[in-house]
Amino acid sequence: MAVTDEIAIKPSSEALLRDGPGKPPRNMGQILRFLLLFAGGVLMVMPIAFMISTSLKWPHEVYNLNFIPEEPTLENYTYVLEDGRFYWWFLNSIVIAVITTISSVLFDSLVGYTLCKFRFPGRYIVFIAILSTLMIPTEMLVIPWYLMSQQFGWLDTYWGIMFPGLMTAFGTFLMKQFFETVPDDFIEAARIDGLNELQIWWTVAMPLVRPALAALAIFVFLGNWTAFIWPLIVTNSVEMYTLPVGLSSFGDEADVAWELIMTGAAISTIPTLIVFLIFQRFIIRGVVMAGLKG
Amino acid sequence: MANLVLRDLVKSYDKTEVLHSISLAVEDGEFVVFVGPSGCGKSTTLRLIAGLEEVTSGTIEIAGRVVNNLEPKDRDIAMVFQNYAIYPHMTVRKNIGFGLRSSKAPKAEKHKRIESVAELLGMTAYLDRKPSQLSGGQRQRVAIGRAMVRDPAVFLFDEPLSNLDAQLRTQMRLEIKKLHQRVGSTIVFVTHDQVEAMTMADRIVIMKDGHIQQVGTPAEVYHQPANTFVARFIGAPAMNMIPGVARPGGGVALSTGGTLDLGRALPEGRDIILGIRPEDLHTGHDTAVIEGAVNLREPLGHETLIYVETANGDVIAKADGRTPPEVGEVVHLGAAPENIHVFDAATGEALR
Ligand SMILES: Nc1ncnc2c1ncn2[C@@H]1O[C@H](COP(=O)(O)OP(=O)(O)OP(=O)(O)O)[C@@H](O)[C@H]1O
Ligand SMILES: [Mg+2]
Repeated sequence: MAVTDEIAIKPSSEALLRDGPGKPPRNMGQILRFLLLFAGGVLMVMPIAFMISTSLKWPHEVYNLNFIPEEPTLENYTYVLEDGRFYWWFLNSIVIAVITTISSVLFDSLVGYTLCKFRFPGRYIVFIAILSTLMIPTEMLVIPWYLMSQQFGWLDTYWGIMFPGLMTAFGTFLMKQFFETVPDDFIEAARIDGLNELQIWWTVAMPLVRPALAALAIFVFLGNWTAFIWPLIVTNSVEMYTLPVGLSSFGDEADVAWELIMTGAAISTIPTLIVFLIFQRFIIRGVVMAGLKG
Repeated sequence: MANLVLRDLVKSYDKTEVLHSISLAVEDGEFVVFVGPSGCGKSTTLRLIAGLEEVTSGTIEIAGRVVNNLEPKDRDIAMVFQNYAIYPHMTVRKNIGFGLRSSKAPKAEKHKRIESVAELLGMTAYLDRKPSQLSGGQRQRVAIGRAMVRDPAVFLFDEPLSNLDAQLRTQMRLEIKKLHQRVGSTIVFVTHDQVEAMTMADRIVIMKDGHIQQVGTPAEVYHQPANTFVARFIGAPAMNMIPGVARPGGGVALSTGGTLDLGRALPEGRDIILGIRPEDLHTGHDTAVIEGAVNLREPLGHETLIYVETANGDVIAKADGRTPPEVGEVVHLGAAPENIHVFDAATGEALR
């Protein structure tokens, strides 16, 4: 793995350093490729640009699908930020996304490591059972979750919102696959040196899969930050809403206040950007480290 | 420092037995090398000693104490792995110090130990580097340092040199040997390279298919191989094996033609195999009985290896480096009787 990384990554990055960003395209194939990529880029950026544009419009202009607002205004931002509820929702979302992220990264990698590096009876069955939960859509699970929460009195609590996301099947699978790249010798050497299994996991195996942990952290954070259906169902009081649920409630009244929803959404992308910027560094550093090793 | 005793060690994976009743006593301070072809069970034996695998039956004693049920960390051993197993995310200092993590010694003392091991290995200047900034040989030294820092009773090495290039391998071979002389600990070293085995070992253990074939000093396994497998495994190029039949009166009728008098009593009429090392098989010998045409020459400088086509396959012999026979030339080869090894053709065992 390490060796292929080196081969795959080094020449291209070196070429980039040497030649600088690409030269103008020379043939039809290249032009076509650029056009396709450009179209893809536009497609991705459009909704975000539209979100920001809408957040700068007055309510009467919202259904005017022009891109540049006629009278740009920050009124919506002032309104949203002065509305006390927004801070509650923001805080709820932060608490929930941070806790679920830490918890899933920790438990997914612990279970993934166990499934990858230990041989025990039933290991395969456990793995298949975890994988099979990937095939059940959230929409089907919310009813049992709801009934369960009701029984245990978890409705309208942080715990109620968080418990389904404290561990993820996808993360477990991802981490199991990544731990395959940690050589058994590393683990056995640590065992001989007298570390217990938990210490080996934490001090030897975890640092070696840091890129995967970072990727998983980004996924889980985004997933929980944008989660809608379950938080909507499990919360009743406005103070327990998460940001997506709260934002959608801007529309509960007479009319859907798209400009406010878009304003809230624009603000709510900021934490995801921060999380991405923090963890992305680990991903890149990790890849470089893997490339140099071996 | 301690002795190591293996008694009737058996290891099975599921139903397949891969080690069959291995018994061996390693003296305190001895350097023992396990050698054998791929898959013969060398690593498995080492892993059993280390406690990384569970013994199916038999016992392992270290310093007079049965360690079968002890965890690896409680066995007072250290192991150096083929791919070093040093951690890429830790500095050399941390890697070497890793072996001391579970020790209760005060910090200052641990520090001193790390420094002294690094000095012994000539790695002091590199203590704060990451493994990715080291050469292969230096990484290997870190791995050895990590084992040394714990001052274990027994060192286990599993093909530690096989990832190094030929020159570095020769150098590290010497260094490990010197280290052994200085530290004087018991070492079990695994390799599939017979040159490594010959040059480093106090005693060599030759294995094949989970059986020990022979245990002996390098000289013993070279001069008195116990069977045809050992005879061909040790020494390069491999020993010539020439089938023959024992005749009354000590003569042997060779399959290559001619009769050779060994001057010793052999069971009459028995099918045997004569083993002659290329370096013992010369031209210009007075009892030259093997005849054939040279079909290839390999000049090595001070001597030349010649491949001679006989009536029953090729043999390799040694000729003078200055005036070797030409390709196509018919030569007569012979060996001193004391340099001819005799094996039973049916069992492969040496007949002495
Ligand atoms: N975990 C395992 N499960 C089943 N069989 C195994 C296992 N480990 C090793 N074996 C078998 O045991 C035998 C001995 O393997 P071992 O690794 O000890 O060989 P080796 O002498 O070290 O070879 P090499 O020189 O290639 O390292 C082999 O036939 C191998 O297939
Ligand atoms: Mg091996």
